[in-house]
Amino acid sequence: MGTRELLGQVRMQDPELTVATAPQSDSTEGAVAAAAAPPASLQRPTRSLFAYPITGPLFALIVIFVVFSLTTSTFMNAGNISLIAQQSVVIGTLALGQTLIILVSGIDLADGAIMVLGTVVAGSIASHGDAVLAMALGFVACIVVASINGLVIARFRLPPFIATLGMFTIIAAAARLYSQSRSFPVTSDLLSVLGSGPEFGTVAVTYGTMLWVALTLVLGYALNETPWGVRVYAIGNSPIAARLNGVNVTRVVFSVYALAGVFYAFAAWQALGRTPIADPSGYQIANLDSITAVVIGGTSLFGGRGGVAGTFIGTLIVVALKNGLTQAGIDSLYQQIATGALVMLAVGADQYLGRGHRA
Amino acid sequence: MPKSESTRSRRTAARAGCAIALTGVCAGLVPGAVQAEEKKLLIGIVELQLANPFFGRLKKSAVDTAKKNGLDVMTAEANTAGDSATQITAIENMINRGVKGITLDPANATALVPIVKKARDAGIVVVTTNTSLAPMTAADAAYETDNLQAGVLIGRWAKATMGSKPAHIAMLDYDLSDKTSKARHDGFLKGFGIAEGDPQIAGSALNMGNAETGQTAMENLLSAHPDINVIYTINEPAAQGAFFAIKNAKRDVLVTSIDGSCSGVRSIADGTIGATVMQFPIRMGEMAVEAVIRAVDDGVKPSGFHNTGTVLITDHPVAGVDSKDSKWGLENCWGK
Amino acid sequence: MTPVFAADPSLAMQAIGLTKHYGQVVGMEGADFELARGEILAVVGDNGAGKSTLIKALAGALIPDSGQVYVDGEPVRFSSPLDARLVGIETVYQELALATQLDITQNMFLGREMRKPGVLGSVLRQLDKKRMRQQAAEQMHNLGIRVQSIRQAIETLSGGQRQAVAVARAAAWGRKVVILDEPTAALGVRETHQVLDLIRRVREHGLSVVLISHSMPEVFAIADRIHIHRLGRRAAIVSPKTTVMSDVVAVMTGALPSDAVVSAALAPAGAPDF
Repeated sequence: MGTRELLGQVRMQDPELTVATAPQSDSTEGAVAAAAAPPASLQRPTRSLFAYPITGPLFALIVIFVVFSLTTSTFMNAGNISLIAQQSVVIGTLALGQTLIILVSGIDLADGAIMVLGTVVAGSIASHGDAVLAMALGFVACIVVASINGLVIARFRLPPFIATLGMFTIIAAAARLYSQSRSFPVTSDLLSVLGSGPEFGTVAVTYGTMLWVALTLVLGYALNETPWGVRVYAIGNSPIAARLNGVNVTRVVFSVYALAGVFYAFAAWQALGRTPIADPSGYQIANLDSITAVVIGGTSLFGGRGGVAGTFIGTLIVVALKNGLTQAGIDSLYQQIATGALVMLAVGADQYLGRGHRA
Repeated sequence: MPKSESTRSRRTAARAGCAIALTGVCAGLVPGAVQAEEKKLLIGIVELQLANPFFGRLKKSAVDTAKKNGLDVMTAEANTAGDSATQITAIENMINRGVKGITLDPANATALVPIVKKARDAGIVVVTTNTSLAPMTAADAAYETDNLQAGVLIGRWAKATMGSKPAHIAMLDYDLSDKTSKARHDGFLKGFGIAEGDPQIAGSALNMGNAETGQTAMENLLSAHPDINVIYTINEPAAQGAFFAIKNAKRDVLVTSIDGSCSGVRSIADGTIGATVMQFPIRMGEMAVEAVIRAVDDGVKPSGFHNTGTVLITDHPVAGVDSKDSKWGLENCWGK
Repeated sequence: MTPVFAADPSLAMQAIGLTKHYGQVVGMEGADFELARGEILAVVGDNGAGKSTLIKALAGALIPDSGQVYVDGEPVRFSSPLDARLVGIETVYQELALATQLDITQNMFLGREMRKPGVLGSVLRQLDKKRMRQQAAEQMHNLGIRVQSIRQAIETLSGGQRQAVAVARAAAWGRKVVILDEPTAALGVRETHQVLDLIRRVREHGLSVVLISHSMPEVFAIADRIHIHRLGRRAAIVSPKTTVMSDVVAVMTGALPSDAVVSAALAPAGAPDF
């Protein structure tokens, strides 16, 4: 009796991995189905609330709101809530692009500088030219620069930190050179439209806020409901696995950086809506703010885990913190300490819960 | 120290971050001269990245004055606020090159003291521009805006304008560890006639001296203290940003600022800013360089503190405080 | 007149004279290969014998310097693993190529995701998650693999389960050949048995299996034939029924010459130069 026949008669009792042992001779697919294990459930497996990456940030946001509403009577009024929303749109839109990049295990230190370049290009052209052209060129500038990042990182394999650090330095200087360090007041309605919107008493729902929400939803759809989105997460998790499965990693990563550029362009438009001045010395730490928003929102710096819902919450956290602490009269240095502590908590939680695990 | 924008020459922009040394060939320029003209090198060092138009203007003025007087120039600058190391290295180079004088905008009041002493020991005349060393006597002389006085002027103006109305003040400061920022802040309080912690101060917030951070700071303060009716801002971009917040909140607030950039004066003219105090970076550069020239030529060493000028600019003058209107301001402003 | 070489169409895969040099280093030197339809062929060889080079050439991950690969008697040229997949050859790599934070379904369809029909799929490019889940569940079920949920993340599965998922994926997509690179190397005894049974089921579903393995007992337990690789080429191809384990090992290490064992080759080896 051969070894194979011997093994064939042993009945496997492992509850996790059960293989039917119907005699091989009459083994057809139908018979196998009858004797084999029941099919795997199509339902989501049960997991604790804390397994969902958004739980932590949401909890933090609620705590912040509760604490500030107790310390400052004006925090929770409708006008201030809508103010927080307005104050979130620039970093929030910028952080959408950053989220994408961090999801594929990259990082973009140049996002703020690219946005500022966009505002400066649009603002300077609009000051003596057509507003539509100005906006178009602003968008083009952002997308082109971001695509160069993508090319350098995806195709030539430069580490994202280094590549975007270099780009940040170049673009920050370029914006100043282009504008000769002057700022341009923006009078065009088109460029500043995102700052206006319907008002209901003290509550102003700006078009910028609506756009921020819409962009978040669109990107969320792309990430969760399309093949491209699955591949983004796969690459962040394990580029090797993705490549071995036929995913064109280079092309997807490039598309991520280029698409981020589109969000940076929208962020530039948001910035002009909020503050109708194109200023090359503005938003100097927007890169850190956007990364903070993404990380606090639960997206893992190692890639492959997280998403735009978390970034949305993370942005609100960063902005609400600043808003509340200023109102409570607390020195802005404490704001930085609080934000930094939250970042460490977020990354620590990411590590502890066993995420950030590369295959 | 952040200042508001101005135009800069493209040449100045292109030089940002580099040290340019031009060696003179003075000796050969005067044919037949029995006395060979001494080779002179005048150096201007500016603290901040020349991208900031205030410093761009200051440096340009120094360089132009030097050139006009037939001197050669060696320049260097630090790119970031507080970067004293770059300046120290540059001064060492200049000492080696045998410059006759140095104008310096120190990145740090104490860190530059030893190297300045070394330069002076070598017989080099050293004057400071824009901000001074600690102690001030570590340099031969100081040429700067009296920022305290600048603050006092707008403080007094604001107080007089408010009259008997109860004031709810918001202070939109830059990092208060910065000398200029602290001086302006203190000056405003002094001019308004109040002390730190006075109940009339509704709130304060830090910003980075640009429009978007000024706006956010003002929004948050207004949200907490809707009764704010007068603000002090560190510079005109912050004031312009604060104005957006005020407009969006549909309030009526008195806005004061400092700098005197042309953009800022235009804000005076259109009513965005109530009053501002003008600085004179061009005069600062000229005075500093001329002092060095006099020291080298005539042996008359400069000394002491020289206020390069503070002028209150407003279209709503008040009694007891001298001021000029925005028209004058536009003729004398710096930047664009 | 040179005789024209015709590959054997009854063989699932065949390779003649594969050669690959990395500078001075010889990856393959005139390597032959044959895989009968519906068989489990084990590929054994010592470290450095060139097994992985051969497998990569068959899987399309490597382009040989010379030689020819045939599938079902037709010559094929692979310039990427994608080409091999298109021909119906699936490979399960030692690293498993699983994205651990994605779930079973997403891994099964990674790179080949299904989209919904109509506008939703073509314009909005929406995934048809329900259909993919159903198919994944069906595939797992057919192979007798049980997991709690088809939506489980790979990182929640044991080593044996992950291996099973990787094998199931290859079996689901493979139309002709499944290549398994050391599938039980990291598994314990019980899980090894289970995976071997799984491999037998894969064969029962009509696929031909190439199994690279270091474990002689495992090879003898499951293989129909054994391809012994040595010094960049096939030293011998034998049947476990007519050759003992110690002889296989001896040929592997060179202690025994190739002709000391009974050849189980179906096609003539060493075809004319190309």
